[in-house]
Amino acid sequence: MRSELVIRARRLPWGAYALGAIVIAYLLWSLAPVAIAFLFSFNRGFSRSVWQGFSLQWWTGPNSVFHDSMYYDAIKHSFLLAAFAVIITVPLGVSLSVFLSRWRGRTSRPASLLATLPLVVPELVLSLAMFFLVTKLLHFISLGTPAQVLGQVTFILPLVIVITRGRLASIPIGFEEAAMDLGASPLAAFRLVLVPLLAPAILASAIVAFAVSIDDFVITQYMASTASTTSVPMLIYNATRGSATPALNATAIVMAMTTIVVTGTGYLLYRALSRREQITAVAGDQFPTVPALGEGVR
Amino acid sequence: MYPRRYLLALGLPGLLWVGLFVTVGLYALIAIAVGGTDPILLTPIPAWNPLHWSTTDLRAVGAALRPFHGTDWVVFQRTCIYIALSLAGCILIGYPVAYYAAVRARRTKGLILALLVTPLLVSYMLRMLAWVGLLSPGGWVNFVLMRVGLMSHQLNWLQGRPVTVVLGLIYGWIPYFIIPLYASLARFDQRYLEASRDLGANTFQTFLHITLPLSKQGILAGTVIVALPMFGDYFTNGLLSGSSSTAMAGTLINTYAQSQTAQSFAAAVAVWLMVFLGILLLPYLRSSARATLEVAR
Repeated sequence: MRSELVIRARRLPWGAYALGAIVIAYLLWSLAPVAIAFLFSFNRGFSRSVWQGFSLQWWTGPNSVFHDSMYYDAIKHSFLLAAFAVIITVPLGVSLSVFLSRWRGRTSRPASLLATLPLVVPELVLSLAMFFLVTKLLHFISLGTPAQVLGQVTFILPLVIVITRGRLASIPIGFEEAAMDLGASPLAAFRLVLVPLLAPAILASAIVAFAVSIDDFVITQYMASTASTTSVPMLIYNATRGSATPALNATAIVMAMTTIVVTGTGYLLYRALSRREQITAVAGDQFPTVPALGEGVR
Repeated sequence: MYPRRYLLALGLPGLLWVGLFVTVGLYALIAIAVGGTDPILLTPIPAWNPLHWSTTDLRAVGAALRPFHGTDWVVFQRTCIYIALSLAGCILIGYPVAYYAAVRARRTKGLILALLVTPLLVSYMLRMLAWVGLLSPGGWVNFVLMRVGLMSHQLNWLQGRPVTVVLGLIYGWIPYFIIPLYASLARFDQRYLEASRDLGANTFQTFLHITLPLSKQGILAGTVIVALPMFGDYFTNGLLSGSSSTAMAGTLINTYAQSQTAQSFAAAVAVWLMVFLGILLLPYLRSSARATLEVAR
């Protein structure tokens, strides 16, 4: 009896430890290389693979990430594209999602499928398709920044739609109908009821649009024109196999840090928004006490 | 209910955007694949009118991709093998990680989740850049393997080695596999596990008969999410190998696309790839379309 208990007590932790070890090993494997790349941005020499002592020259020196135009131009261009991507994709995607979830008619099914079609097309195929579209048909859109924005927005739009529709699925149309029954105009119902309820999804969409745009390589490269439209991922791709200095590592780290800070801030905001909602929900649960009070007055 | 014109005003810009840039874009791809060639510049001319379609390039590329005999068959075969191996790696490594994070982790859950998401925020290219540094001649991987005694001399890991490419694909895409799998594992009711244990199943049996079947949808979703971009991935290959001996379907398309005169071949390979993926994904597309429509309803 006692020995059986001992065996049981031992058996479970062993499996749990093995599982825990796999998780730790995975996390190390997935993040340690990045930490090492960060370390090499402080290398004294020109190598990105052999440690030659500590220095700050790739962060502050004349050939550093902030002084060599090749690097900081790419950083600026990446941020420019990300700003455009967020500003265009979020309103476009959120309003399209509202349409898709609120529209009733024969066209609603094909419209839903059409909106998420890009999700099942490999990015390379989509990029090639848009490259031909821009170069062979829409001649007024030139390769370079305009085409890059166009490509990124097209690529990111379905992601915004997936995020927003997930949220919309949990907001019954009844809320807006109630507002309209109580005399709100459709516009007021949209602005005062739906938009506040969608706020977390709008924020999440903006964060994802930003992160995906900063990370995007294929469509940005296919839509690029001259060296001035090189984004950071393109720069890394073009320079990694060459003799680029550790300033390249520093550039990549600057982008990664920015994305982490922006996303982290966005996530904290998101949590604050959701928490406010929970409080409202709790207050909403007490709603029946309000007519009870009214009854008391009567 | 909103008046129809309000809803249309909300939906039309987005629908026009997708309709024009995605649908017409994909049509442009087909038009190039079946189009002609400029007699002087040798650049492709799209055939917008289906009456003018010529299947010359499409057939030429189709012949090159013909199973076992075509010149590009080996590339296609290699693509499928690399992707199959990478998917197997993603499942073998990713499943225990997602399972632990979703089902077992208690106090450390938040931290683990944050660390699982971090690779998605650190860009793909930075993560590849990191490995190029580690794998270069004189890099830390060679150093460690020689110190441990597994190798007697420096190896150039970055010159056409399938091992490097497959491991690179796993490393690059596995975070995108783990997240949807985590989401599906976190969703299911933990009481199933308790019930299974109460009914006498041991941990392994519970996993085999309860957890695994319930996470099938998550594995499928993760697989599709990483497999699709892998079929168009040329950059992992380009960074970690750069050799034609490890070229994949994406490499083929990208190489043709870079050459002004071969762009119609790029389009033709892309069309064949979409046909192949369409057949491969048909079961998944049907189930996900059904799910999309249920959300719509």
